Parts: sequence; structure tokens; C-alpha cells
Amino acid sequence: MLNLSLKELGALLAARKISSAELTRAFLDRIEALNPALNAFITVDPEKSLEQARHADARRAAGDAAPLTGIPIAHKDIFCAKGWRTTCGSKMLANFVAPYDAHVIERCTGAGLVSLGKTNMDEFAMGSSNETSYFGPVKNPWDPAAVPGGSSGGSAAAVAARLAPAATGTDTGGSIRQPAALCGISGIKPTYGVVSRYGMIAFASSLDQGGPMAKSAEDLALLLNAMAGFDERDSTSLRRPPEDYARALEAPLAGLTIGLPREYFAEGLSEDVGRAVEEAVAQYRRLGAKTVEVSLPNTRLSIAAYYVLAPAEASSNLSRYDGVRYGYRAPEYTDLADMYGRTRADGFGPEVKRRIMIGTYVLSHGYYDAYYLKAQKLRRLIARDFAEAFAQCDLLIGPTSPTVAFNQGEKSSDPVQMYLSDIYTIAVNLAGLPGMSIPVGFGKEGRPVGLQIVGNYFSEAKMLNCAHQFQRATDWHARVPAGIPAI
Amino acid sequence: MQWEIVVGLEVHAQLSTQSKIFSGAATAFGAAPNVQACEVDIALPGVLPVLNRGAVERAVKFGLAVGARINHRSVFARKNYFYPDLPKGYQISQFELPIVEGGEIVIDVEGSARTIRLVRAHLEEDAGKSLHEDFHGMTGIDLNRAGTPLLEIVSEPDMRGPHEAVAYAKALHALVRYLEICDGNMQEGSFRCDANVSVRRAGAPLGTRCEIKNLNSFRFLERAIEFEARRQIGILEDGGSIAQETRLYDSVKDETRSMRSKEEAHDYRYFPDPDLLPMTLDASFVEAIRVGLPELPQAKRARFVADYGLSAYDAGVLTASRELADYFEAVVRGVPNEPKLCANWVMGDLSAALNKEDLDIARARIPAGALARLIGRIQDGTVSGKIAKELFEAMWSTGKEPDVLIEERGLKQISDVAALEAIVDEILAANPGQVEQYRAGKDKLFGFFVGQAMKATKGQANPAQLNEIVRRKLTP
Repeated sequence: MLNLSLKELGALLAARKISSAELTRAFLDRIEALNPALNAFITVDPEKSLEQARHADARRAAGDAAPLTGIPIAHKDIFCAKGWRTTCGSKMLANFVAPYDAHVIERCTGAGLVSLGKTNMDEFAMGSSNETSYFGPVKNPWDPAAVPGGSSGGSAAAVAARLAPAATGTDTGGSIRQPAALCGISGIKPTYGVVSRYGMIAFASSLDQGGPMAKSAEDLALLLNAMAGFDERDSTSLRRPPEDYARALEAPLAGLTIGLPREYFAEGLSEDVGRAVEEAVAQYRRLGAKTVEVSLPNTRLSIAAYYVLAPAEASSNLSRYDGVRYGYRAPEYTDLADMYGRTRADGFGPEVKRRIMIGTYVLSHGYYDAYYLKAQKLRRLIARDFAEAFAQCDLLIGPTSPTVAFNQGEKSSDPVQMYLSDIYTIAVNLAGLPGMSIPVGFGKEGRPVGLQIVGNYFSEAKMLNCAHQFQRATDWHARVPAGIPAI
Repeated sequence: MQWEIVVGLEVHAQLSTQSKIFSGAATAFGAAPNVQACEVDIALPGVLPVLNRGAVERAVKFGLAVGARINHRSVFARKNYFYPDLPKGYQISQFELPIVEGGEIVIDVEGSARTIRLVRAHLEEDAGKSLHEDFHGMTGIDLNRAGTPLLEIVSEPDMRGPHEAVAYAKALHALVRYLEICDGNMQEGSFRCDANVSVRRAGAPLGTRCEIKNLNSFRFLERAIEFEARRQIGILEDGGSIAQETRLYDSVKDETRSMRSKEEAHDYRYFPDPDLLPMTLDASFVEAIRVGLPELPQAKRARFVADYGLSAYDAGVLTASRELADYFEAVVRGVPNEPKLCANWVMGDLSAALNKEDLDIARARIPAGALARLIGRIQDGTVSGKIAKELFEAMWSTGKEPDVLIEERGLKQISDVAALEAIVDEILAANPGQVEQYRAGKDKLFGFFVGQAMKATKGQANPAQLNEIVRRKLTP
């Protein structure tokens, strides 16, 4: 039962073969059993979850059920959920109980989804390995020695280990796609502005975007239907008519032109990942798609641009954590400046502090033009690369990450090596485009390989169609980690 | 050689919107601490700003009124600094592309017009308040004011001395109230000035300036500039030099003192706020505001001179505020052919009565219509000007209509020729000596007879008629 799709779970609930309370209880039991080893969740509150489940059952009894009503999912601990501790993976917010719901939480609650708890993540979403979490690293369900990726590593590990049928995540530079790839699941980062950022704790506002993580493209489509939508409280939310992201899932791929960015298959791509991705490309040809080589020449600049812009925004976004109104405050201090200094020195971890310092530096008087403005220009060049590529093809595909999951501790002492693991995902955020990752095989040590699909603005339905057709023809997405107890 | 004092002002006018500039919380003054601070104002994790359209409309209104350029694309930027009453750790303001650029304000300096150029006016949010008293070594934070919309209006250093600075601040104050974009309440902090002051020898380049923060009355503005200029001149005359710095005015000691030096100045690390897209205004939005602009002080002043035949001075006094001008015009509507008389009453007895009780025109105890009816009774001869003054006081204290008071008190003017003649005859008969002296050429005694007659009628005699009768009866 725990391996069923959202559609199948919805059907069971609709047929009253199981109640939401029973289903939720089953997942909670599994979390209780497996989470101590995986550390995928920061906060689990069975009473709250079961209360939501009973409410969903009551809704169904009253004839008021939506397609996902009663299905439990996990939420990345970056989304404020009323009455739930919301930590963002930081000591700074370890005691913070959100007094309001994020728009995504409101939407999910409105759809009748039940929350299983809050998943672990890199501190303030800054990291690619989940090792920066104040609550300890998450283990990759495929291999406990490996990282799950980040920053949505807890959500990815929870879905991969079947602790939740699906989860929410956020993606600033690859934080949905990269952990999805490293944990062998599917995840989509929609076009910037499709999912409201209200109540989603900000890392880099112009790049952050929420999205679903699940076992299949079909599940992603259903969960995205629940998460997306205009929100007047987010000035960057896009006012568009609601769409059904599952509408095009079954369309055949014949006639589809897929672009293969030359730069994504070049130096730096590990051989095992390259082989799995090539096989996926071959599969797409068999499904009737045509492939063309395209070029994204400014991809190489994306990491540099990103590591100016994202820290700049973060340095300002994280100023509110000052010990004055909520969250952590240093227990002892001599005056105001000392209170700020100690609170922020103790409350933030080293990666967050590194980025605040970089961001503060690049925005400083005399450096702004050389760094921030220059990076904004690069951002436009990168977006133009994609526009030119989409003149020649419908979608782009390539590897999500240059390697399979690396080992815990392997890159944590070398930030630049860590940053390079996001080389294929970051440009998509800089351009504001939708991107997704699906599992397409295994590389060295049996660790999963993810394929990235990038579409033009608002082409989520087409991307999900492309992913779903692949998943109909293959079973990579249905594989369950061997080390995980059978269900 | 004479020293010249050079002043530029930065005025923060609180815009009169019901809700805050980036949240839905109320802006009303005087609520209990923090009850008007919502999750956005407190800067909880995850919250986002949404721009208040009303604040934008008010800024555009101002820009149009001062003949400025309205930027159809402007950008909100973050000004980053740490302070306990600044919840986000940054203030949302406008930096490189403000909504309003240029424009000018014309002020009156000893009877001649002077033009003060504006650099810009931009939208920003206010911070909260730190309360240092009553917390026994701790500081209380009240975030009710956090997020209140402000229009920061920056002038060029075009003012020469404290008087011009005050004249400019007053003109600006009148304008924002005319436009109804700011209530102008200086005690509540709705209109605050920062003054940039420098001194130089006439014709020399601009001197180094000091900025004096948070002057919340015209008097403090004037005295702070006076003190600061004296201070700077003293330093320069002793051969010293001025250090650029930010200073605070202490109204109790009547002095300014250093707050922070240029070296200690913050690096605010401005950058465009990624939570707010660049603000674009379409031409129709601006045009609709232009069409709805009220008549502005200068135009109103000119019209009062042209239409009512008032002196420039009287027109200036009556247009100092929109409410006063409206009151005056309402009086004139009641007695259309006596605008000058109306002006005298409004600027004279009415203003005196208001000043005595420290009331503003909106709270005058005599409505414009009633004052017009009183003036009408002078005009139609029912009462004399002298009796009218008495009536005015009675109207002010009782709130009664002039006709009611005239009836109650029997103050109606005596215009009955026969009755007046009888009274005059009696007086002449009772004072034969004076009659003789008058007829012998002592003209001054004319006033004596009129006075006696007035006394006999308790002041109710129609003065013109009385004069005529006395003169006739004295003529042998």
C-alpha cells in the first residue's frame, strides 16, 4: 500500500477501502520505525496529523472530497504551517512555531491533503547535501554512506524510503531536482511565480520556487495542481487562469523535438551518469522524439552569477533573524551590538554565515557594480541562451547532476566543489524556467541517476507529459532502495 | 564678508492611507503597542510585501502638484541596517529610480517669490518605535508605526537661512494638506524635517554640510538651523573646518550635537527589492490623478486677488490652508458683494477667536453660513459694525443664529428717522451751550452729539442716518 501512487491512494479512499486515518497511521508508523536511521523529518506530530486525517474523512463522509483528500504528504520545513514548529533547518528557528500558514500549506489543506510532518533540509536551504542542517544530516535511502542531496534532502529521502507518498520542496538553485536525482525520485520546479512564495521562508527571493516531489511524473502533476495558483500576497505570483498539469500526460511524444545542450554533456560529467543519460536519450528516440544538439554557451557563468546574486539576496533576507522578536537569542550579552553578534554567530551555521558574508560583501559600497550588477547582466545572457535554444526545440534534456550521490563528508570541507554539483540546475533558476528531474537508472555503487528536463516558461504540462511517457516505458521510478524494509 | 547659510531639507510626510504601505494593518495613530502590527510588519519568516495603491496615488498627486516628472517605471530598493525597531533588518525605500523627480515649490520671502527646486520624492516605509523609558534597563519595541507609508521629499540646497527654510517647510506643509495626502500633524510625527545645513562666504562654493535629524516643529527647525549655522561659523572663524556628520537637535538645551560622523555612517547596501517587481504606472493612471487634482495654493491665491479684489497679503493669509480658504469662500457665497468685508471678519474676529482657544478652522464655533448671515445684517443696516462685533462674541459662545440674538437682545438698529430726530432734538435741547459753540465754529463737537445719541440708543442708532440728522439739526 505504501508504494501506491497518489491516484491509486485517491481511488482507495474514494472507494472507502481505507480511511485517511488508517492510511496516515500507516505512514506515521513507518516514519517512527525508519526515521531514526534516515533523519528525513525534523518534526513529526502524530496527533496533529491524525486530527487532519479525521477531518479529511469527515469531509469525504460529507461528500466534499477532492481527488487528493485524505492522502498524507510531507512538507519541507521551509513552509510555515500554523501551530507547527517551522525551523528551516536552523538553530535560529529551532523554537519557532509558525502562527500562520504558507499559501502552499493553505492550498494543500484546501485540497484535503494531510501533513505527515516537516522534513529535514539544509539550513535556510543553503546546501546540496543536507549536511548543513542544524538537525543533522539526512541519509540517502539507497546508501546510508551517501548524501541525499539538498536542500530538499529530507523530502527526497522520505519519498524514496516510502515514508511519504509525496512531499513539497523548494528549489533556488536545484534544491528539488538535485535531491530528487540523488534519491531516485521525481521532482519539478515550476516556472518562477507559479507557486506562491508567501509563507515559504526566503533564501534568495528572485530564485526561490516551491514544487512537488514524488515517485512519478503523474503524482507530480496531481500535487502541482494542488500547490500552484495565484496569490495576491506574493507580488511575484503570476495571475494566470488555473491549469490542470495532468491534462497532457498521455499525449504521444511523436513529433517532439528534444534539445541536448552540448555544454551539459561535456567535461565534468561523470561517466556513469553520462551513460545512463545517453540511454534515456535513446529511449526518447524510441518513443518517437527527435533530438537536436543545442548550445547554452553561458552555462559556465551561471555558478559565478548565482553565488553573487543568491548570497546578496540572502544576506538581506536573513537580517530579520536578529534575536529581537522571535527565534534564537543568545543567552548572554552586554549591549545591543553584542546581542546581535552573539545571536547570529551562535544561531547560524557556517555555510549560512559564509553566504551572508559573501552577500554583504558584494552589495557593499564600491563593489556593487562589479559584482551584483555584473551578475544581473550575466543572468540576462543566460536567459537569452535558453530563449535561443527553445527556438530550435520543445524541451531540453540532460543530466540533473554531474555525479551520483557523493559520500557524507566528501565535499563538506570544500564549498566550491559542493557548489559545482549544481552546475546543470542553477541556470534554470537564473532564467526563471521550469525544470524537473526523473530517475533514469543507476551509476556507480548502485546510486540513482537523474535526468533533467527543462521547458520554456509555463510548459510544465508538456514536461510532465514527456516524463510520464518515459515512466510508462521504463520502471526506474518504481525501484525501491534495497536497504529499505519491504512494504 | 558676510556669511551665507545654505539649507536643503528632507521632509518625511506620512501619507494618509488607511492601511500600511506593504501590509493590510491599520495606520491609525495612538493604538496600544503592537496591536496594529500584523505578520508582515513583524517580519515573520516567509512574509512578503504587497504595495498599497493608495500610497502610489498620493505620491503621484504630489509630483503633479509640484510640476515634477512622474517616473513611469520606478524601483523599490532595500536599505539594509540593523536596529531593533526595524523588523526586517532593512527598510523598503526607493533609491536609484524614485517615483517623482524634479519639481519646485514657490515660497514668499519678504513679499517676493522664490523658487525652491526639488530633487525628488520617493516612497518608503516608516520604522517602528523604540521606547527606552519604563522598562527598567530594557527597551520596548512598538511596531504599530512600522510600515506606515512615507513620502520623502528632498529639496535642493536652495534656501538661504532659517527663515527661508521655515517658509519652504510651511509651503510644503500647506501643499500636502491641500492635496489631502498627509494630515500634517507634526506632534504625531506625520510631517518631519531633516535639515542639511552649511555656511559659506557669499559667492564661495558650497561648504561642508551637517544633517540635523528629526525636527518636528517649525520652531525647532528654525532654531536648530540658527544654532547649527552659528556653530559652523564659529568653527570656521576660529580657523577650523567642518566635519560632515549627522547631528541631533536638543530642544531643551537648544543646541545640536553629534550623532555619528561620516566615517561611522552606515553602508546601506541598497539593492532592488526582489520581492517587489519594478513599479510601472500607465499614462491613464497618472492622467486620472491629474484630472482630480484640487486647486493649488498659488492658483487659489491669484484667483482670490482677481475675483475678490483682495490684496496679495490677504489672499496669502486666506489660502494658507485649504480649510480656511474654503471657509472664506463659503462666507462670500452668503454675501457675494462684500468679499473684502468677509475677508476682514475671517482674518480678524474669527482668527482671533480661534487663536484664543487654539482651535483650527475645522472646529470654528461659528459656521461659515452663520458668519455670512451676520455680515448680511451689517450690510442691510439691521445692525452696526460695532453691534456686530458684540453679536459675533455671543454667537461664538452660544452657537445661536445672529437673527435670534438680535431679537432676544433687542439689538436691532434704529433707522426710524422720526424716532432718531426726536432723540437728537432732546439732546440739542439739553446742551444749548455746546450747540452754540458748535455753531460758532467748534466742529469737533459734532462727535459729541453723535456720541450722546448713540449712548441714548444703546448703540443701536443707524450711524449714517444719525450723522445726517445731527448735521441737519445743527445747521442753523
